[in-house]
Amino acid sequence: MKQGTARTLRAFAIELGIYALLVTGYFFLVLHLLGGWLYGLEVHHRYTYASVAILLIIGQAVVLESVTTLLLRLIRGRSE
Amino acid sequence: MFFPISGAHISPIYLVIVGFLVGILGGFFGVGGSFIAGPALRLVGLDWNFAVGTDLAHIVGKSVVAAKRHRALGNVDLRLGLIMAIGTIAGAEAGAQLIQMLKRAGNVNLIVSIVAIVVYLSISAFMLWESQKTLRSQKRRSSKEKVKGAIAKRDKSAFGPATRAIQRLKIWPMIALPTSGVKAISLWMILLVAFVGGVFGGFLGGGAGYIRMPSMVYVLGIPTHLAVGTDLFEIIISASYGTLTHAIKGNVDILIALVMHTGAAIGAQIGAISTQYFAGPKIRLAFVPLPLIGAAIVIYTLFTGHKL
Repeated sequence: MKQGTARTLRAFAIELGIYALLVTGYFFLVLHLLGGWLYGLEVHHRYTYASVAILLIIGQAVVLESVTTLLLRLIRGRSE
Repeated sequence: MFFPISGAHISPIYLVIVGFLVGILGGFFGVGGSFIAGPALRLVGLDWNFAVGTDLAHIVGKSVVAAKRHRALGNVDLRLGLIMAIGTIAGAEAGAQLIQMLKRAGNVNLIVSIVAIVVYLSISAFMLWESQKTLRSQKRRSSKEKVKGAIAKRDKSAFGPATRAIQRLKIWPMIALPTSGVKAISLWMILLVAFVGGVFGGFLGGGAGYIRMPSMVYVLGIPTHLAVGTDLFEIIISASYGTLTHAIKGNVDILIALVMHTGAAIGAQIGAISTQYFAGPKIRLAFVPLPLIGAAIVIYTLFTGHKL
């Protein structure tokens, strides 16, 4: 039980570290690269902006979930 | 950091932390967490219309992750979720139109704040009363009825007699929800619960899980674990629609939503996994303080006008 808990906590700690890296990357990507373009879309092409907004948030969710699930599987696979 | 779409200056670290906390709540309680996220965005100076729309967008992403986890745990009733999505979308549009009316009248912040306070306090009071009553009655029963760990899918509620009376209403068409253990219930009851939730979602923001999750348990008689998972699945559909309609109306800052979601994604996973270790009434009792926190933040911003 204790060994299992330690393994889970370790996996979560690694996952949190990965997320911190992704978050930092995202600040550069989203805020600096996409910011101006999205602002332009929101002002001039509202319908396109709405569709792009949905695609971006779902895309981010799927990618983040897939990446962390894959990494967790690898981490657990190695520790077993 | 400056967000050009809403014209707000907000710390991205603040947004990630709010997203993370709301993600845990969402994964654990099956709610979007808008009763925290909406007031938290309002606290840093975002207008209510932007707080509502942006929160909806971030909820879409978070619910995708949490619902996937709950589906793997067998906590999603797909039939119920798809039916509820229809009622919720209609309600969300009605709620968004109300926001537009208030925006034109120029008093959106005051009215939405007052409604939010009343709704959040009412939900907390009701869930405190019900979950305590249920836990007390469970203690009185013999120990063999006690629920244990991850197998605690069956649920008891002090509101049970009212739920059974609702299920006995024979308003055609009646449908069965085998995954949720409901033999027959009127389709209109499901749509009504979903529509009311949708109106609150469109008006106060978020997926309105704070009203729909309790309604699913108390009105429709869905076990809490299934209500949590199904609500999240349904929120993906209804919040996507809500995001679209609010974005078209100029109420969504997707940059803020994307930053918040980076925190919410990990929080939602932690919350979803945690539901395995708690019985239904205890999940509902733990839910009680959350709307109170939202209400407290709204009262603070309403009366002081302060921003962080």
